Amino acid sequence: MIHDVVVIGAGPAGMSAAVHLRKFGASVLVVDEQPAPGGQIWRGIERNASGAIAAALGADYEKGRALTAAFRASGAEYSPSTQVWQIEDEWTLFLTSEGKARRVRARAVLLSNGAQERPVPFAGWTLPGVMTVGAAQILLKSGGMLPQGNVWIAGAGPLPLLYATQVLGLKGQISGFLDTSKGLNLGALAKLPAAWRDLPSLAKGFKWQRELRRSGNLIRGISDLRAEGDGRLQQLEWTAGGVRRKAKADVLLVHEGVVPRIHETLALGCDHDWNSTQNYFAARSNRWGETSRRGLFVAGDASGIGGWTAATVSGEIAALGLAGHLGIQIDIEALRRESQLDGRRSRALALRPFLDAFYTPPNTSIADDVVVCRCEEVTAGTIRKVARTSASDPNAIKAATRCGMGPCQGRQCGYTVQAILAEVHNLPVGDVSFFNIRPPLKPVTLGEIASLGELENAE
Amino acid sequence: MKADLLVIGGGLHGLSAALQSARHGVSVILVERHFLGRHASGATAAGVRTLGRHPAELPLSLEAAATWHAMKDLVGDDCGFNACGQLQVAEDEAALAKIKDRVSRLEAQGFTHERLIGSNELHSLVPDLAPHCLGAAWTVDDGSADPHRTIGAFRDAAIAAGVQILERCLVTGLVRHSSHWLAQTSRGVIEAGLIVNAAGAWADQVAALAGDPVHQAIRTSMMVVTERTSARVKPVVSSLGQKLSFKQTVQGTLVIGGGSQGKLAPDRQSASVDMVALAASVGAAVRLIPAVEGIRIVRTWAGMEAMTPDHLPVIGFSHRVEGLIHAFGFSGHGFQLVPSVGRAVADLVCQGSTDHDLSAFDVTRIAIERAAA
Repeated sequence: MIHDVVVIGAGPAGMSAAVHLRKFGASVLVVDEQPAPGGQIWRGIERNASGAIAAALGADYEKGRALTAAFRASGAEYSPSTQVWQIEDEWTLFLTSEGKARRVRARAVLLSNGAQERPVPFAGWTLPGVMTVGAAQILLKSGGMLPQGNVWIAGAGPLPLLYATQVLGLKGQISGFLDTSKGLNLGALAKLPAAWRDLPSLAKGFKWQRELRRSGNLIRGISDLRAEGDGRLQQLEWTAGGVRRKAKADVLLVHEGVVPRIHETLALGCDHDWNSTQNYFAARSNRWGETSRRGLFVAGDASGIGGWTAATVSGEIAALGLAGHLGIQIDIEALRRESQLDGRRSRALALRPFLDAFYTPPNTSIADDVVVCRCEEVTAGTIRKVARTSASDPNAIKAATRCGMGPCQGRQCGYTVQAILAEVHNLPVGDVSFFNIRPPLKPVTLGEIASLGELENAE
Repeated sequence: MKADLLVIGGGLHGLSAALQSARHGVSVILVERHFLGRHASGATAAGVRTLGRHPAELPLSLEAAATWHAMKDLVGDDCGFNACGQLQVAEDEAALAKIKDRVSRLEAQGFTHERLIGSNELHSLVPDLAPHCLGAAWTVDDGSADPHRTIGAFRDAAIAAGVQILERCLVTGLVRHSSHWLAQTSRGVIEAGLIVNAAGAWADQVAALAGDPVHQAIRTSMMVVTERTSARVKPVVSSLGQKLSFKQTVQGTLVIGGGSQGKLAPDRQSASVDMVALAASVGAAVRLIPAVEGIRIVRTWAGMEAMTPDHLPVIGFSHRVEGLIHAFGFSGHGFQLVPSVGRAVADLVCQGSTDHDLSAFDVTRIAIERAAA
């Protein structure tokens, strides 16, 4: 059978789109890598129904309950714990769940697969004991796990503040918070008036900061972070106020913001735009969320970081766009107006310019001895050396150094290679492209691919 | 800009011809529209194979084989060449009969590079090989190389020999004057006495610009590379009648190819993977070496290369235009030939002739008749 729409990702945008597409009568398959709906923001929402963890996760988390229930009741077919590892034209999707590969067909595809944390290499970032705040929050949401020992957080952005508040709420310990943000700058202040339109979120951020400051160790304006240890993390070093400092550490949680997932749209050759405030690529889409490829839509953080409220609205807008694409007889312009989708989205995004200007991505040059590509263990020094004699194309670096050739397909090193090429060739970062992305989008076994041929023979 | 020779195409064949011409004192500019090795040279499985070669290619292939064993002498690096041997396995009696026939015909002509081996020797060479394999042709001096290291070595050697390399340089027009060419490029006009067309999948466009239009197809062979795994297969393994070649790199990754074709974009500028077609090659690999079934693929791709109807390359002078030498159309098996074809082309550049018989590679085979003016 051919699905009207395959939705990739069951977070705020994907669930919202699925619920509305079902209302319009479209057949929908939602595939998601997680075992339960909710995405990253509402991970484990159905199991964390009550108790201390649910309370600590806060009010925004609680808001996912209604949408998740509506999604469950929508009649959309739902395939959890499923990876999409290849998307081919007009539209065939290759999926794997429980170790078995299969193919599904669709008239249209919605990518609502969210964001990933921006990888920022620094000395010692590959040591056991160093992980991202996002990964730590996954452990919290899925099993109530708190980090143990001397726990440090380093980074910038709303997520580390939120996570620290959640940990403190569960009586967890945090030895210190190394704030890498530049503090209130002119650019951020200029965006502040517009941000008042989303007063609750702004107030929330200040509350998080206040709680953290009250807990003790909030250290501002740090640089040159270094994680050290013999086989695992044992201590940290950083510079603050011109002084080099050290501390014992068992766990270091890092975070420098999030960037859209773009491997799918890159692999499909969609046009992308460079976001020069936040230094990321996002697939270019029209006012309905349709990319430069007809029938391929994008919504939520995958189309540019906007947070969960904006994501639910953009899912609703994409549902209308998809209905139009499918030829469903509804007046999509009228529905867009009646549901005030544009007003709701612009309110949801009101704080974003302030946040983006406040939490600018790090732009310090990465030292030569730092590993950039974790899969193939390629250092910044190696990349720099090759970049000096190669074209300013990340694919030339990949060919010459194996950087980006490992299982993560450059998800960890892509932007760093781009930044180093820009530095060496003296170009604006956004003028350097990204790696060519080759299938599979996720690792898949030889046996699984071979079984596709058998399917073909059986047909 | 001005040189004796303009090489169009920064793949391995272009680099090899440029390098070996420059070593004879010829001034060379090489232009590449993307970056060196962007297409077939970077997408290749890098098999170094005399096994199963067309008889017309054998002299070039055997000369190249000798050079691969002494690659350091040519480019100062061994290019990651690993003389692990190549096996062409027979999975049934019919395949075995074909292999026997070919090896005995080669022996009758005095060629001894291929040897027939039985099931016992075959399974001792590759213990993981499925039991149904009956025998194989075995070329002990063949092997495989590292394509990116090869590109780097040829580039460095070419630069050291004085070749001027211009990347991101697209040729947009070629005009022949009485004694020289004027090439319009995206990086300016280049004047050269001779042109070598080594533009791979785009060689027909260069030929058309030069006034020697040809018809060629484009091959879009797909490849698979897996995560690293413990060493299990030493030789490069193929199977007669199957679209399969299988090897394990020194990094421990498995590389599976063999000619399953991807999808060529309508504008013929790019190719993408056709996963169902690829499943045939992967299925053949799993049937041949069942132990690899659980290994994860990390990347697949479709390379692009010019293909002729008889799958033989085009090497030699244009007959319709003065000062134009073609070297393209390797149809998916040109990697091994890089050192010898580069030498032959350099001979044509420097002396106007070569000791190799190039008649089977004549461009007339694929020429398009020009409409009468």
